Amino acid sequence: MARSTTTRSKVIFTVIGWTIGFLIFFPILWTFLTSFKTEGTAIATPPQFLFFDWTLENYHEVQSRSNYFKHFSNSVVISVGSTLIGLALAIPAAWAMAFSPTKRTKDILMWMLSTKMMPSVGVLVPLYLIFRDWGLLDTRIGLVGVLTLINLPIIVWMLYTYFKEIPGEILEAARMDGASLMKEIVYVLTPMAVPGIASTMLLNIILAWNEAFWTLNLTTSNAAPLTQFIASYSSPEGLFWAKLSAASTMAIAPILIMGWFSQKQLVRGLTFGAVK
Amino acid sequence: MLTRTLLLGAVSALAVASFAASASSAETLTIATVNNGDMVRMQKLTDDFTKKNPDIKLEWVTLEENVLRQRVTTDIATKGGQYDIMTIGTYEVPIWAKQGWLLPLDGLAKDYNKDDLLPAIRDAVSVDGKLYASPFYGESAMVMYRKDLAEKAGVTIPEKPTWDQIADAAKKMTDKSTETYGICLRGKAGWGENMALLTATANSFGARWFDEKWHPQFDQPEWKQALKFYVDLMKEAGPPGASSNGFNENLALFQTGKCGIWIDATVAASFVTNPKESKVADKVGYALFPTGGVENHGNWLWAWNLGVPAGTKKAAAAQKFISWATDKAYTELVASKEGWANVPPGTRSSLYANPEYQKAAPFAKITLDAMTAANTSKPTIKPVPYTGGQFVAIPEFQGLGTAVGQQFSAALAGSMTVDQALQGAQALTTREMTKGGYIK
Repeated sequence: MARSTTTRSKVIFTVIGWTIGFLIFFPILWTFLTSFKTEGTAIATPPQFLFFDWTLENYHEVQSRSNYFKHFSNSVVISVGSTLIGLALAIPAAWAMAFSPTKRTKDILMWMLSTKMMPSVGVLVPLYLIFRDWGLLDTRIGLVGVLTLINLPIIVWMLYTYFKEIPGEILEAARMDGASLMKEIVYVLTPMAVPGIASTMLLNIILAWNEAFWTLNLTTSNAAPLTQFIASYSSPEGLFWAKLSAASTMAIAPILIMGWFSQKQLVRGLTFGAVK
Repeated sequence: MLTRTLLLGAVSALAVASFAASASSAETLTIATVNNGDMVRMQKLTDDFTKKNPDIKLEWVTLEENVLRQRVTTDIATKGGQYDIMTIGTYEVPIWAKQGWLLPLDGLAKDYNKDDLLPAIRDAVSVDGKLYASPFYGESAMVMYRKDLAEKAGVTIPEKPTWDQIADAAKKMTDKSTETYGICLRGKAGWGENMALLTATANSFGARWFDEKWHPQFDQPEWKQALKFYVDLMKEAGPPGASSNGFNENLALFQTGKCGIWIDATVAASFVTNPKESKVADKVGYALFPTGGVENHGNWLWAWNLGVPAGTKKAAAAQKFISWATDKAYTELVASKEGWANVPPGTRSSLYANPEYQKAAPFAKITLDAMTAANTSKPTIKPVPYTGGQFVAIPEFQGLGTAVGQQFSAALAGSMTVDQALQGAQALTTREMTKGGYIK
């Protein structure tokens, strides 16, 4: 009896799990399928799921009209660059807040997060003027800077939560053995927090990759990442879903593949905490 | 160790970034444009321009319409100088020209021939007699209908229909069992979506957005008549879910044979008659925008234009390009490569006098009639303090139009009555206009 209940509940949970997984994945699958349709079938009602004339025409069109690799390399530089600089700044900050907190630590953390609460467009014009005067418009270095600052609060918060779970006693023991501050962070804290750091890093690369306000507004052509590549395929007069889907598929493919390869770290970091 | 690696990585990433960014050349024109068929075609033909002007390089930035608008507005308002040529609508041109954001186009090529531009379009992009942008393609609105369905239903649509005739025909053409709907009209909220159609419709009923002292007029009987007519007609003869249909959704419905009548931008005619995309290509008839009791055919006029922002340092080269892209020779270039049906319409009288174009585009005459009938300085029969046909050319209109559009879209969806929607529109417009200092 007991055995059959377990089997049954296993089956139920598996079905639920697959259903939820499929629902979450469905928009991406649909985009993928649409990218192989003609513009007419893409918007047809009732929608056609698998049995349509598959065509590579959209990919051909998108390839011939845009320089995908330019946008792709911009996206890589911007997302990886901003994440690495962000981590370099956030690890010491999170260490300080996690292991030598003061009365005000919680307030500082809250204040950092509060910068995320303002709508981005509210600071668009001031920032645009600064960028113009410093010659940073349409440069990758400018975008790396902005995205670092925008994602910094999230990086600090995530790292702070992971560091909090590491017992302070381990660090104390290292200090008793005569480890310097630098050694303590590099040899004791960081290795223990690797899953946490890895998942923070991956999540931030994804966030920076998908960021579509600043990357569109502060770039023109030289530094324009994949977000602009996608934005160029939507049309007010004329059907565009199939070409837009092809562009979107090409834009999300790299990050999707990266996500698949690193999902072990991502899940471990996001669910189990740092020291398990 | 890891920190050092991270730091090193970060520094090298920065170095790569700054190195790559420093490469740029002297005479490159950056052109911002929208992803419409005619613009894409222009992009493909630019070899012809660069061959004639080897010292000028072109860099295209294509963006979705709303992103483009936000992007170029930020740049031009701050004199950011990121673009040398911008694709802008007839809504922006007069507002931006008055702000001093656009350079007057006085360096165009000798054979540009300003007098060949359609007068209505030329006026829409001129301020104080000076041209501030050069029209690339223009449009008005008209009725497109299925000749076969009209015949089957035993109705005829005259060349100058009234709204009552349209409603009668639409109801007779509707056959919900075969998913054939008599009429498809825009319902999706937005100043350039449903409000373009509804402002033009209201104009044709004699309604106006504001009186001479900028007081909103949604509490007047003309607006009620227009909106009630639209909602009732769409409920009876429109497709389901019409409140989320814009230009593209209606285009898809019409070209798959699900609409009897579609009233929209004239540029749609070249899509629905394209046999590669449209199932009804050889069955489309045309008529002028309907009238609703007053002699006014909607006054819909739009053009996408190329303008030069005041922040550019390459104004001379920019005007050279604009001359190339918008003169008569360009239409001949397109015709020689892609056929006359693909020439950008609605800007020059000479195109409509061309017999080859008339043959390739059966909708040419009615398009020209619709565009000549439009008068953006007198959009409706009552006096108004603003210009613009299917929009009001004030900076506040983007926000206002969309907010009012949401009320009207809700009325169409049935979550609000026509009266409630009009009251909502009146209240929010009064509030915004008072805040903007228009109502003293």
